[in-house]
Amino acid sequence: MYKYNAFDDAFLAERNAQFRAQVARRIDGSLTEDEFKPLRLMNGVYLQLHAYMLRVAIPYGTLNSAQMRQLALLAEKWDKGYGHFTTRQNIQYNWPKLNDIPDMLDALGEVGLHAIQTSGNTIRNTTADHFAGAAADELTDPRPYAELIRQWSTDHPEFQFLGRKFKIAITGSPNDRAVTKAHDVGLRMVERDGEIGFEVIVGGGLGRTPMVGKVIRDFLPQPDLLPYLESVLSVYNVLGRRDNKYKARIKITVQENGIDKIRELVEARFEERRHEFDGTDQALLTEIKTHFTPPSLRAGATDAYRAAYDADPVFRAWADTNLTEHRDADHAIVTISIKAHGATPGDASAEQMRVMADLAEQFGYDELRISHQQNVILPHVHKSDLPAIHAKLKEHALATANIGLISDIIACPGMDYCALATARSIPVAQEIAARFDDLKQEHDIGHLQIKISGCINACGHHHVAHIGILGLDRAGVENYQITLGGDATETAAIGTRTGPGFAYDEIVPAVERLVATYLEIRTGEEETFLETYRRLGMEPFKSALYPEAQKKVA
Amino acid sequence: MARPFTPKVITANDLLEGDVIYFKADDSWTRDLTEAELIVDEAEAQLRLLDAERQNISIVGAYLADAKAGENGPEPVHFREDFRRKGPSNYSHGKQEAEAHV
Repeated sequence: MYKYNAFDDAFLAERNAQFRAQVARRIDGSLTEDEFKPLRLMNGVYLQLHAYMLRVAIPYGTLNSAQMRQLALLAEKWDKGYGHFTTRQNIQYNWPKLNDIPDMLDALGEVGLHAIQTSGNTIRNTTADHFAGAAADELTDPRPYAELIRQWSTDHPEFQFLGRKFKIAITGSPNDRAVTKAHDVGLRMVERDGEIGFEVIVGGGLGRTPMVGKVIRDFLPQPDLLPYLESVLSVYNVLGRRDNKYKARIKITVQENGIDKIRELVEARFEERRHEFDGTDQALLTEIKTHFTPPSLRAGATDAYRAAYDADPVFRAWADTNLTEHRDADHAIVTISIKAHGATPGDASAEQMRVMADLAEQFGYDELRISHQQNVILPHVHKSDLPAIHAKLKEHALATANIGLISDIIACPGMDYCALATARSIPVAQEIAARFDDLKQEHDIGHLQIKISGCINACGHHHVAHIGILGLDRAGVENYQITLGGDATETAAIGTRTGPGFAYDEIVPAVERLVATYLEIRTGEEETFLETYRRLGMEPFKSALYPEAQKKVA
Repeated sequence: MARPFTPKVITANDLLEGDVIYFKADDSWTRDLTEAELIVDEAEAQLRLLDAERQNISIVGAYLADAKAGENGPEPVHFREDFRRKGPSNYSHGKQEAEAHV
């Protein structure tokens, strides 16, 4: 993985020193909050309901064990012993003191991490497929390009004051695990005539006006990536609306102007921009790529794995749900669930972080990934090591076998932490997971994604959930709307609202009715919830949700 | 017709800790809502907010929040203020943690 060079180190140290001085000036009264706020936001510092929050970028979701241990140290030394992994491959600390944040940033700098541009109207952390570099279906590892984008976008003078935030996601696989169609720009690596390039998608996004991105360029040669991105950003910077915050994202710019006009303008700008690139970026990319050389995977028998699989039903259940096919047949990708039933989705204690770091170091070629689904991944594990890993995970409440199942819920922090939230999401997730664990139905239900947002900004990705839940404030009471049929993959779709929302104590029973209906009407175990919904539509689910309304009609 | 004025407290976050704080009648700040000044007059509320904002060097984002008179002092009206008063519901952190340590 990428290792900071002298320039990166010096840049970050200077930036952290600047912020340290800015914090000091706020505390001694030289800066007002109005002056200080944009400065702290540029460095990932929010003020939430009960405390400050520090959002640290995990570039393209990749960490080594030393970085994970440092995240644990921050949690223990300056927070309350845990961190929260987010839907954008970041980690958030919910309780830092303003005075301590400069020290936290310096500690992060020691291991090549930062919080720059994790907020504000800038280009945010570029997210990537969490199986990048390991997945069997991958064309090529997208992370060197993500790192190139990180370096290019960090402190890019032209893009520090965009009309609104700007999020890029990248994948090197045809199976989209990075939700590229719900980003301002999505990059999908594709092959044409033996050459690998990018399909560029623009104008996707969730929030109050959810949209599936549109293809602006079906094949972009690799060397054109930065000039083309600059052209997209440049057109957005000029055309994007600044009169209305809610219409400022590029999805609205694309919608209002039409994809054809945007494409025309971008191509014209691209013709100008590409000549300004003298090949330095390509030289840099070549250097970056040397940091992403795949680990030399060890060979060896996998009998121990087969034996454990046959002998231990608990291990088998975990292996069936939490492993993904690796490009090497003797290896597997391990997804560690940080969604134990009844726990807060995405939270890991300092101790758990250290355990995962140890496992990565001992068995996983020193690599870890954070997924937008708020889980942790060991991307390269020799199958013979899986029983030992599982045993260790069990000791630390990390062995939950629920990846892709109903309790593998994405949930934003909601009104338990977030100043923007209109309702809670964490307790709803906790109760749904605990309820279906009690029912012991989870594995029978199969693949089902529930995603919960505590406000219309949709950090919990509810629009692209099979069952989406949106928490709102209705006349001073928490109220939850349900959407069905969303899809976060390459066949991305926005879910459809079922009807009126449900009170806090009605939402879990409502989800239970939906699932019971699905179990009743599916053609068999192999038909997933989403497939059943696509086959039969909203009606059977609506009847289950609103039996009273149905009676009135009848 | 304008809506009738409902009682308010002034609340903000502490600059250093970020913790929720409330403005008292003596112009100092407390972490306990029951000790806050309950303001029942609309004109007075705006003036008191100005008083509170004079201390912007050590507080962040003062605003008027709906409250009602309770047995032991002001109580929240909206659930958001109720969460701010207590702390999150997934862990015993925030003010509920501080209370547990007393």
